Amino acid sequence: MKITEAASERHVLAVMVDNEPGILAKITGLFTARGYNIDSLTVADISEDHAVSRITIVTNGPPQVIDQIEAQLERLVPVHKVTDLTTAGPHVERELALIKVTGTGEKRVEALRLADIFRARPVDTTTESFIFEITGPPDKVDSFIALMRELGLVEVGRTGIVGMIRGAEGA
Amino acid sequence: MSASPHSASTQSAPLSGAAILVQCLVEQGVEFVFGYPGGAVLPIYDELFGDAKGPGHIRHILVRHEAGAIHAAEGYARATGKPGVALVTSGPGATNAITGIADAWMDSIPLVVITGQVPTALIGTDAFQEADTIGITRHCTKHNYLVKDPADLAATIKEAFLIATTGRPGPVVIDIPKDVQIAVPSQRRALARAGAHRYAPQTVAPPEQIVEAVELIANAQAPIFYTGGGVINSGPEASRLLRQLQDITGAPVTSTLMGLGAFPSQHPDWLGMLGMHGTYEANMAMNKADVMVCIGARFDDRVTGRLDAFSPGSKKIHIDIDRSSINKTVPVDMGIVGDCGTVLAQLIEAWGNRQAQDLGEWKARIAGWRARECLAYPERSAKHPGMIMPQKAVERLYALTHQRSPIITTEVGQHQMWAAQYFGFEDPNKWLTSGGLGTMGYGLPAAIGAQLGHPDALVIDIAGEASIQMNIQELGTASQYRLPVKVFILNNEYMGMVRQWQELTYESRYSNSYSDSLPDFVRLAEAYGWKGIRIHDESELDEGIAAMLAHDGPVMVDCLVAQDANCLPMIPSGAAHTEMMLYGDTVEGTMDDEAKALV
Repeated sequence: MKITEAASERHVLAVMVDNEPGILAKITGLFTARGYNIDSLTVADISEDHAVSRITIVTNGPPQVIDQIEAQLERLVPVHKVTDLTTAGPHVERELALIKVTGTGEKRVEALRLADIFRARPVDTTTESFIFEITGPPDKVDSFIALMRELGLVEVGRTGIVGMIRGAEGA
Repeated sequence: MSASPHSASTQSAPLSGAAILVQCLVEQGVEFVFGYPGGAVLPIYDELFGDAKGPGHIRHILVRHEAGAIHAAEGYARATGKPGVALVTSGPGATNAITGIADAWMDSIPLVVITGQVPTALIGTDAFQEADTIGITRHCTKHNYLVKDPADLAATIKEAFLIATTGRPGPVVIDIPKDVQIAVPSQRRALARAGAHRYAPQTVAPPEQIVEAVELIANAQAPIFYTGGGVINSGPEASRLLRQLQDITGAPVTSTLMGLGAFPSQHPDWLGMLGMHGTYEANMAMNKADVMVCIGARFDDRVTGRLDAFSPGSKKIHIDIDRSSINKTVPVDMGIVGDCGTVLAQLIEAWGNRQAQDLGEWKARIAGWRARECLAYPERSAKHPGMIMPQKAVERLYALTHQRSPIITTEVGQHQMWAAQYFGFEDPNKWLTSGGLGTMGYGLPAAIGAQLGHPDALVIDIAGEASIQMNIQELGTASQYRLPVKVFILNNEYMGMVRQWQELTYESRYSNSYSDSLPDFVRLAEAYGWKGIRIHDESELDEGIAAMLAHDGPVMVDCLVAQDANCLPMIPSGAAHTEMMLYGDTVEGTMDDEAKALV
């Protein structure tokens, strides 16, 4: 028998939660239990008293599944609010990556030149390696990593994205 | 019960965590705690021992297995509308409770389950009787807590009861390490996390939606109300309002398994249950309706049948307190988030003095479907002509008991569906069955819980000979507390529903569905101090039921029934509402893989 899959779209969700033990397990567990996808997930507490965390989840699925994900998240007691940045309107997405590249001679010079074009900053240097720090929308980070691959890429660390709605309104 | 002389806020004498817990339970008006002691809850049991003599004390009901504790708490909750409370120890105590917790989660039953935990210093060390109760129950509870500081206990328990009983009800677990039970906190903290954003279920629907819904219902030529457990959970007032709304609109009513009793079965516009083993008229009316109003039901796969053929021509209004139930499997035209009772009252108010449409044509079509008499069954079994047809047994049980408005519990399988089909319910909270999870072994402990909540009611567990063995140990609990519950076993010596599916989809290859080596249920009952009755054939049926009713104590009836009876009507796997199988249709065969995979 065939197992069918529906066409999916990418959504960025900002989830405000009570910063209590187990909340991350509750959310990631909900995604696995109900068969939803997580492309990336970031979390950190954002309030002065450390009581509230903001979780940014990049997910993908058919529209009705995205709607279900939001509804299921809102059902969790510690979840205050779920904002779908993708449908909420224009928004900013940023991601930070650390990228280690080794090489000497022309390759090393080229890596530094490209880093300059991408506004990536070297945060560690030896005579034969760099660690670049780059911030930007995920496709910019993707492009930079793709270029570094040809110039001696050793290691990549990415934070996953955080996002925010443009304009004066809060989420 | 709430008039405790010491309220948590004014209490000055320092109390241990265990004492705070018991005090909070008393303040919540808890009458019964269903539980089983063990190492990690000894401090709480010691408090209960002391409390048993105090004012407004809690009665602890000692079950024989933790699964029984949770189902008994569920039965109590369903029959009374109050939260059920259970108390189990760490490790195996908690894991034994999981099935019941998952059952309450699926059927939205308000429970507060207290689990003991190893002392905080030992958590994570694989200590004796340690299990990650919070991790294990994370996805089968509405919420759960590990209380690491006794100062948080009082506020946690208060929030747990609030969460269990409001919004869409459900089970909440509070895991309390043994040292937290013993420690005496110097203060009591409010929950640091409590705030306006945390947990605020929407109960009232936006007025513009109500206006639109009334407009849709008023203009329908073929409306139908499809109601579910949400109406029962909303409280008896919701059932009354449903009857009132039906009265002013004239729309026929069908219900899920969970919703039976919200609308009276003797009403002329009652269509019977819908879905896989629902009535022909209910399923046909669902299929042909032009406006469907789903009230507190969730378009379960047992209800919808094949999704792409489910009620294709209807405008759908879905009223549910849980936003995630709306558009989950069936896209609807209008999702109304709110409490069933509140929204029903809003609809009635908005309806005002409108005149209902003439639904004569629609009712005439329904009468045509009713004329198929889908619940008719052969007088005699083909293979065992001398034996009682199980449907007959349920019909007689209904006829001889319905005057007493009994509370019926069930196990899971054919007998459960026959009970749903042939036993009529006029009121809510009379029908307690495991619908979502389908837990065999539910009925006996649930009957015990229901009987405690309604000491004067007639409580009958309609059971199968296979299911009853799954929590048979609870016979002892009923004996201990002198609870006059009745267990009526439809004994066909098969896991009947499994056998039926094997007949329908696996060419009658009855793999492991025969109930071999059955106990003598009459002698088993007697061994536990129950009365045991065996009914061999139809001549003994009414007499046996009468003897069961006449006995002022627990009775187990072993009613031998025809082994080959199938539970019909039935929508086969992967079929639409219009493709029901009735008695007389050819039922043997095999199915393709798509149909088999649909369970």
